[in-house]
Amino acid sequence: MDAEDLVVDGNAMGGVLGEVFLHEMTSARVCCSGCGGIEPVGAERVYMQAPGIVMRCSHCEAVMLVVTQRDGRYLLGFQQLQWIDISAGP
Amino acid sequence: MARAAVLGRLNWRLGEVVELIDETPRVRSIVLDVPEWPGHRAGQHVDVRLTAEDGYQAQRSYSIASAPDDERLMLTVELLADGEVSPYLVEELRAGDVLELRGPIGGFFVWDASVTGPLLLIAGSSGIVPLMAMLRHRAAVASREAARLIYSSRSWQEVIFRDELGELAAGSEGVEVIHTLTRTQPPDWQGFSGRIDAQMLKETAFAPGTMPNAYICGPTSFVEAAGRALVLLGHDPKRIKTERFGPTGG
Repeated sequence: MDAEDLVVDGNAMGGVLGEVFLHEMTSARVCCSGCGGIEPVGAERVYMQAPGIVMRCSHCEAVMLVVTQRDGRYLLGFQQLQWIDISAGP
Repeated sequence: MARAAVLGRLNWRLGEVVELIDETPRVRSIVLDVPEWPGHRAGQHVDVRLTAEDGYQAQRSYSIASAPDDERLMLTVELLADGEVSPYLVEELRAGDVLELRGPIGGFFVWDASVTGPLLLIAGSSGIVPLMAMLRHRAAVASREAARLIYSSRSWQEVIFRDELGELAAGSEGVEVIHTLTRTQPPDWQGFSGRIDAQMLKETAFAPGTMPNAYICGPTSFVEAAGRALVLLGHDPKRIKTERFGPTGG
């Protein structure tokens, strides 16, 4: 396995983000404050093996969001994440 | 609580194993009866959580193989030798056992009959699973959009859903299935034997001008190579959706 194979898509984060935001999150758009790139969460790069779950920008690799779960809590660390655009539809 | 219910909050729910199907020596389908399953879309996945006797929990994402139209939920899981969850699911699970599930999850890597344009599916090994849900859904709703699957496996024995794919391709339903076998091939093999690259996709994929919707699923390096090749051939990156399952989920 090469390092590249440790990356998965933002789809893999859909479960935990859905618990926090109460909406379907893989199609929510996020904007990278590093490069301005805008993509659905499902198209970003995610590392599940890191301590916590790390979402990186698919354009510039900047760390956008780190989610850790511990002792019955969620900790969301917003880094290079300018905004999240979530559909309020069903 | 009421608010969570209104918004369809993702809760863990229980599913009972009603059938286990050995697809290949390393891949098993798990058919589940999930009371009050809210329904899903082709391409979505669920998270499966296992809890050990000492309370240790491990969870992984698995694609849904069944169509939204099917009565029961099917997950298809590949055994990873050093995985934490898949060895249990593939080797230990028995009919009557109960699994904890969260889902369905995902609204990005999904297809339904309202999507216009030919359906171009590119699968690497167990990356076939969510694409199979799309093909099953396409058949169930009798979609008229042409569909083509380009499927890379190591050997003929490791082709998941081999018989069903053969039947789909043999029926005059606008489905074509193209296999490439990258490690070993049967003696009389006439098909492809290399890894999927731009040259193979030039020969086999719908032309960019037909505006296909491409769905690529497989190991990360496979998905990146296939995606790059499609872009190189002139396909619109906005019509290419990918699902990388990394070292595989475990």
